[in-house]
Parts: sequence; C-alpha cells; structure tokens
Amino acid sequence: MTNSTSTPEPVQNGVNVAALLGAREALEKAPEAAQFKWRASCEWLNGTHSRSTIGKFFGLGAEQSRDETFTVEADHPKVFASEDHAPTPVELVLSGLASCLTAGVAAIAQRRGIQLHSVKATLEADMDIQGILGIDDDVRNGFGAIRVHFDIRADASEDDIKALVAQSQKRSAVFDIVTNPTAVFVTVN
Amino acid sequence: MKSATAIIIGAGHSGLAMSWHLAARSIDHVVLERGDVANSWRTERWDSLRLLTPNWQSRLPGHAYAGEDRDGFMTMPEVVHFLQHYAELSRAPVMSGARVTRVRRDEEGYELSTSQGAWRCRKLVIASGACNLASVPSLSTGLPATIASLTPLQYRRPDLLPDGGVMIVGASASGIQLAREIQAAGRRVVLSVGEHVRMPRTYRGRDIQWWMDVIGAMDLGYDAAENIERARRLPSPQLVGTPERATIDLNSLRRAGVELVGRLAGLHDGKAQFSGSLANVCALADLKMNRLLAAIDAWVTGNGLEEQFAAPHRDGPTVVGAETKLSLDLIAAGIGTVIWATGYRPDYSWLDVPVLDRHGRIRHDGGVVAAPGMYVMGLPFMRRRKSSFIDGAADDAADLAAHLHRSLDRAAA
Repeated sequence: MTNSTSTPEPVQNGVNVAALLGAREALEKAPEAAQFKWRASCEWLNGTHSRSTIGKFFGLGAEQSRDETFTVEADHPKVFASEDHAPTPVELVLSGLASCLTAGVAAIAQRRGIQLHSVKATLEADMDIQGILGIDDDVRNGFGAIRVHFDIRADASEDDIKALVAQSQKRSAVFDIVTNPTAVFVTVN
Repeated sequence: MKSATAIIIGAGHSGLAMSWHLAARSIDHVVLERGDVANSWRTERWDSLRLLTPNWQSRLPGHAYAGEDRDGFMTMPEVVHFLQHYAELSRAPVMSGARVTRVRRDEEGYELSTSQGAWRCRKLVIASGACNLASVPSLSTGLPATIASLTPLQYRRPDLLPDGGVMIVGASASGIQLAREIQAAGRRVVLSVGEHVRMPRTYRGRDIQWWMDVIGAMDLGYDAAENIERARRLPSPQLVGTPERATIDLNSLRRAGVELVGRLAGLHDGKAQFSGSLANVCALADLKMNRLLAAIDAWVTGNGLEEQFAAPHRDGPTVVGAETKLSLDLIAAGIGTVIWATGYRPDYSWLDVPVLDRHGRIRHDGGVVAAPGMYVMGLPFMRRRKSSFIDGAADDAADLAAHLHRSLDRAAA
C-alpha cells in the first residue's frame, strides 16, 4: 500500500458510455421507442456469389438513414466448386458474433473504467457438411459448436477481464441469436 | 364498518414485525390474516424445505431464536411455531381467517373488503408476501397435455409426482433443492439452468449468511445499490438448509446424476429447446461468487483476523460438458412432470389502487408506496439487501413505522 493518491487517467476506449446510459434511461421511460427493425437486401450475382446492401433501419420511433449504404458480399470456396469471391455466409455469422462480442467488451470496459490496450477474438466453428448436402438427416445444417477465444490486454485483473467477456455475452444480440431459437418467416412473390 | 388507524395485511414475519413497532408507538392497528399466522409457511412450501438462513439469524423486534442449535436451519413446522410464538409474545392483534378481497382509496385512507366484513384505515401496510404466485414463462403453454405441469408452490415430495422423469426449469434455490431430492428419489432429472447465483453454504468455517451479515452486505441500502432494479430481480442464491450444512452447486448435482441443460428457449410439439448460453451463465455465476469470496477475504485481512478463520479456498469452476443437450423430446425421454422453478411474485389482484407499474410490480420508494399512507414490506431489496429475509423485517419495520408515525403527527398538527 502507498500513501500517495493519484487521480487515474480517464479511461478512453472510444465508447460514449454517457450517451448509451442516457439512451437506456430514456428508453426505460418510453419503451415503444426501443422497438427497432434491422434490414438487409441481397441480390444474386452469379453462381453462389451474392451482394447484400445494408442501409436504413427503423428505431427511436422513426426511419433512420445513415451517411453510407454498406455492401457485404458472400460466396463459397473453391472446394465447393465455387469461385471464392467473398467469405461464406457462415463465416459472416462468425464475424457477426465476434464483432458483437468485441463491441460489448469495449463498451463494458468503458463503463467499468477499464482501459483496453488490445482485444482480439479468434473463432472456430464445427460443421458436419453431411447436413447441408442432405447425406444424413440426423446431422444438422448449422454449426455443431462455436468456440470463441479472446486475447485481451487491459489494465485489469484476470478475473475482471473474464467478467468483461462474460457480461458481453450476456448482453450480446448475436450471441442470443446463435444460442437461442428464432422464428423465421419467408415469403415469395 | 370497523376501523383502525393502521391495518397490516398479512401475519407473517413482516406483518408481525410491523405490528410490534406500531404497538411500541401506541398506534392502534389490526393485522388481517387470510389463514393463520405464518400461513404461507404452513401451506405453500414443500415438505423437506428448511430456512436458507441459520437459526441465529431468525431475529425479529424483541425476539430471537434462543435454542441450542444456533447454526441449524428451521423446518417449516419450526418456522410456523417460531412465528406463532412471536405473535403470542408480542400480543399482535391478529384477526385470522380474514382474507382481504379488495382495497380501495377513500377520503381518509383506505377501505378494505374482507371475508370478515369491511374495514377502514388511514394507513395501510401490505405485508402479504413476495412469493404468493409462481412466475411461469409464457412458453409453458407449449407443454403437451400428457405431461404434468407444477410450480414449487404445489410440489410437496417426490413420491407424489406422476411417474417418469422430471424436468425442472430454473436453478435458483427452489430448482436446485428440488433437483437434488427428486434425483435422490431415483427419478431422471433434467435441470434447465439460466442465470443464477452460486454460493457455498460455508466459507472459511462460517455460514455464508454469517459472512454476508458481518461484512455489511445484508445491510446495503437500496439507495446505495449500483442498479437497484437489477438487484431486486436477482434470483435467490443456490443454497439449501440441511443439518449437514451441505453445499449444493451445479457440479454436485451433475455428479449426483442430474442432467444440466441451458435455459429453456422453446417448447413445441413436445420438444424442448435449450439455450447454448449454459457455459456463459455458469461463468458469470462463478466469477460473481469469487468476487463475494474475495470481499470476505479482504474483510478478514483488513481486520487482521486471518488467525481466527480457516484458510481461503475456491471451489472449482462449474463444469459444462460438451455433451450438453440443446434439445430434448420430452415424451420420448419419458419426462412425466415439468416443474417451473422460475421465480415468484406477489399477488396484488385485490389491490384496486393504481400503484402497479407496467410489469405489475408495486411502485415504492424503500417500502413507501406511491399512494398516500400506503406501505409495503418484505420485498426483495426493498430498503436493504436483507429486506426479504426474516432478519430484514426488524429494521424495515422500524423505519417504516417511524415514517407512518410522522405522517400521522403531521396530519394531526
């Protein structure tokens, strides 16, 4: 123990926690504004290659536009006799999970006053492709399991870093989407 | 119409503690009790249940456990006897068999309809309990009609269950206790585990409740809690009161043969789907338990008391097997009963005063309800962490009786 007291440097992880907490407080009072709709559209290009366009979404009671419309492409690798122009959709799912958990780690670290130096998530998922190929009906199409490994350097104890990652999973939309069932409705014109 | 300055609804530990404090302030009052003293403890608990707090912690205003077995845990008949004895000692003005069917506001205060006639009062204290109803998730409606659906309020003992295996949904105090005894009775038990609070029964030679008490955790005020709404919704810790002071956790249940699965996420056509979040809810609970134990260690070290207690230790992390099921065909698996150990909530169906929020929870500030002259007792973390414990009734009743008394004086002035 030392007798000196020093004012700690303010933690800066680039997350505006005050705004997030303000939004949470406002939405507790007006839960209808918390109803969001996320959208994507996708066009077939050729073969297994496609391009999704992501722009407007609905939230806070109104249509929300953004500065840029984003595109994300997907394809399949050559071992599937495809041209490998882009990642496979299942890899994009892993990317979505990783990005969601990583954003959560940063936001929670900021809220808890933990300075991050580096955060790296490495993901691997098992898949038995006898499912998607229709070889064995007992094999599911999707992942058998997903493993996520975080390497985090931060000004915090090992347990505090583990708690960041655990809390990030607890509050993650994509973690919820991949761990729980969701009803999907598909229509055709 | 009969009248009293104050009416307390419910003659459990909360209502009796409040009655003691009102009597001490010479405030005339009556305690309306739908059954007999300690009614919920008599009629809404399973046979093997014991208190989760040790006997020495059964402390009420002007009364405390005085037996030999200070570290033991009371059975339900013992709790009933303890409270009955307290009601007699304190000469609480209890009217038994007076079920309140409606409460309305009137000019002076409140008008109550009861099974024994109408009452009027200026001050009303709701001490009717925090666990009147079982909270059952809406997906329970997907359960096939051939499978029995029970709540812990209805469960009594394993041999009264329909034949077959048992799926218990929820792994807080109720769920883990039921899993343990139903498994021990030779049934197949599947335990669906969501967020939970893990705690060892004893640590460094003392009961965990003793530690929580001595480090001041039980006295933490509702205005000092970081997120009081979340703290109030926290599930009960995985504790059981047994003569052996046994710790039950998910590891010991697994070793006993209980099958652990994730939170119940879907129920369709007799098939249950479980969340893949089991590893994370276990990691959250392990980390939280270790933070509590670290706080205890810090208290011991900070007070220079290492010599007095056993050395620190940590139980291992919760083991989540790679074989954890994500779905189960309940009928094919021979599950005959599902028990919804998914929490409890108060019953305010008789309360015709607009004080409930959109979740049906009563709006209050530390037990002072958002309606003039109305108070509530015994809710989780109502004024302090111990508010829903028998041991919490004394301080809460003292505070709220003082508030009630001041408001009477103001009205008289």
